[in-house]
Amino acid sequence: MSAMSNSNWSRRSIFRAAAGMAAAGTLAACGGNNGRGGGSGSGKQLVQYFHAYGEAGTEQAIKRYAKAYSKADVTTNWITGNNFEAKLFSSLLTKQAPDVFEFHPQLQLVKSGQVADLSDIIDPVKDDFNPADIKSHTVDGKIYGIRMIDDPQFFYYRKSMLEKAKVDVPTTLDELLEAAAKLTTGKVKGVFLGNDFTAIQNPIIWSAGADTIDANNKIAYHTDGVVQGLKQLRQLFTSGHVLLDAPTDFWDPSSLDQGLCAIQWGGMWSMPVMQKALGDDLGIFPFPSIGSKGKQSVYNGGWSMFVNAKGENVEAAKAYVKWLWIEQKKYQEDWATSYGFHIPPRTSIANSATKLKSGLPAEGVKLFTDYGHFDNIAYDQTMQTAFADVIANSVRKNGNPEAALDACDKKVDVELKKLFG
Amino acid sequence: MSTTTTHGVAQPAAAKASQARPRRGLRGNATLNFWLFTGPFLIGLVIFVFVPIGWSIWLSFFDARYTVTPSHFVGFDNYKQILTNSNFPDSLVTFTLFAAFIVPTTWALSLGLALLVNRLRFMRAFFRSVFFLPTAVSYVAAALIWKMSIFSGVRFGLMNTVLGWFGVENIAYLASPNPPWYWLVILTLRLWIQAGFYMILFLAALQNIPAELYEAAAIDGAKPGWQTFRYITLPQLRATSTAVILLLLIAAYQAFDEFFNIIGTKATWAQTPLMELYKTALGSSQDYGAGSAGAVILSLLICIVTLAQGKIMGFGRGEESK
Repeated sequence: MSAMSNSNWSRRSIFRAAAGMAAAGTLAACGGNNGRGGGSGSGKQLVQYFHAYGEAGTEQAIKRYAKAYSKADVTTNWITGNNFEAKLFSSLLTKQAPDVFEFHPQLQLVKSGQVADLSDIIDPVKDDFNPADIKSHTVDGKIYGIRMIDDPQFFYYRKSMLEKAKVDVPTTLDELLEAAAKLTTGKVKGVFLGNDFTAIQNPIIWSAGADTIDANNKIAYHTDGVVQGLKQLRQLFTSGHVLLDAPTDFWDPSSLDQGLCAIQWGGMWSMPVMQKALGDDLGIFPFPSIGSKGKQSVYNGGWSMFVNAKGENVEAAKAYVKWLWIEQKKYQEDWATSYGFHIPPRTSIANSATKLKSGLPAEGVKLFTDYGHFDNIAYDQTMQTAFADVIANSVRKNGNPEAALDACDKKVDVELKKLFG
Repeated sequence: MSTTTTHGVAQPAAAKASQARPRRGLRGNATLNFWLFTGPFLIGLVIFVFVPIGWSIWLSFFDARYTVTPSHFVGFDNYKQILTNSNFPDSLVTFTLFAAFIVPTTWALSLGLALLVNRLRFMRAFFRSVFFLPTAVSYVAAALIWKMSIFSGVRFGLMNTVLGWFGVENIAYLASPNPPWYWLVILTLRLWIQAGFYMILFLAALQNIPAELYEAAAIDGAKPGWQTFRYITLPQLRATSTAVILLLLIAAYQAFDEFFNIIGTKATWAQTPLMELYKTALGSSQDYGAGSAGAVILSLLICIVTLAQGKIMGFGRGEESK
């Protein structure tokens, strides 16, 4: 009996301790970390938001650049997890909003007056930028963001595995399906397209010879070629030759590195890690063409810096952005080539970036130039979400692609009407 | 409390006396006491519940993109949008199916566990704790373990390894919605986390059933086992069962964490209403108008269901209903 009560006592004390810790945790959470450090430095306090880059050393790099800036105290919020957008956008509505943040060009951000016009700081060096990167950030002649890095996305493959299975590098989607079948063995799946297949939602549009929306801002993705592509992807999805539910997603090199698949969709940023793991047993190719009108494509994603136009320190923020992302070419090159590989949007830096001059990185740059498609600022997140539903409904679910595209059209039309009337 | 009130009302002269004896006066001033005790709570309620609800209703009639202080009035457009041109209605159906399954199964499992643990002669404290412990685990942490280690689609996932011994092909539990293996992942997780907590509630209720009832039933010839359970135990657990079902329903309404982490937002199935609203309002589209319209619809539905449940099951009617 005494043992019983003794055990009761100790359990209770454990609960009490647990409750105490929970309470302490709550109190600590109330501490109000708004990202602004104690004002030790001289001048203004600025806050910048970054999503968590996967490559080692990236966070330290961004903080190092910020520390080197003398005219303001810049605090970095390094946002981990997969909901950077949600955190960024909800904080933009509050007093704790960042002064500077990275994102992709979004017409809605411009129309709602959320991002500041940066034309005056970009114009002097405009010619040094990749014209496509200027175009994708321009609305009515004003430039709203500075491109930091361009990130082409393409397929990586294990040369040895393709040789062993006697498979040529696929140039059409049909060939990719065949290759996947031949490459699949007991332990290795033929191809990995990311866990939810949405990573390739833009490339299948371009590879089918279509576009997201056209120059007149009308729907351009709803073509027979895209329908055919969706059907083939469905075939691939159900074939058992594709890696599903992998521990990491397409943006992480692990699936290919660990030999889970022979071909993987990925970004150029993964290249250094992949080369380290696989050495020369690594090749790349663009998304294969779909149907008779199709042509191979590469998605040129990337990240850009924006200044919060509704913030309290717009001028100081612009000065900081100008200093780091216009003037400090050393840092820009370091950021683009020292961690993951990214293509510098500025020609002068791209020309001096020796790491991208030879071997596989040079091939990546060639795919970027030859097959690359850039973001269209008007094809916004709402439309992309609508198209992600098409992938979910007609590739992962056995839905009719035509019906899925019709449902998507309806949502995109509402959005286009809101943006352009 | 009620006596003090009548005292205060019946004798207005008490106010004078209060100056002489302040302690008594403080006790006598019912209105002041009322505000003193409920005031802080009420302020919190107004700031954190009523103002947001009101704000949400207001937002639902405006074109509120990337802003919560919109100026462009659009009438019922947001409601039309969320009901006819979004995945929100589908999510309501998904949720209803989910609740219809998870509420009875959790109820049955936790009651079963409670009955088992209650009959134990030794190691009772141990088993009680073991079953209760998962309650302390966060949904997010559990979701990651379920997704990446137990139900991972690759050959070294726990389930696939076990099935592999019997020659079963690797199954992608989450990527493919047909067959809907994802429900297996979500439901087992929720059962694992929830059952222990409700087991404790049932255990407390079981220990409160007077032993005399069972003795009397045994004397009257009731067989132990099903008969006793059906006619003694279950009716005695009525109040607890009602509370448990209500709590389970609310928990199902609020389902978000494990769906968000296991299924993700890039799917069109197993999206709970809250996930759809999160995607609409807080996701990349930042449409607070349509999101608020959905929230208002959802709140109305929750009100209706809770009221209906109260009517049917008599929750909160108190002792006199017995």
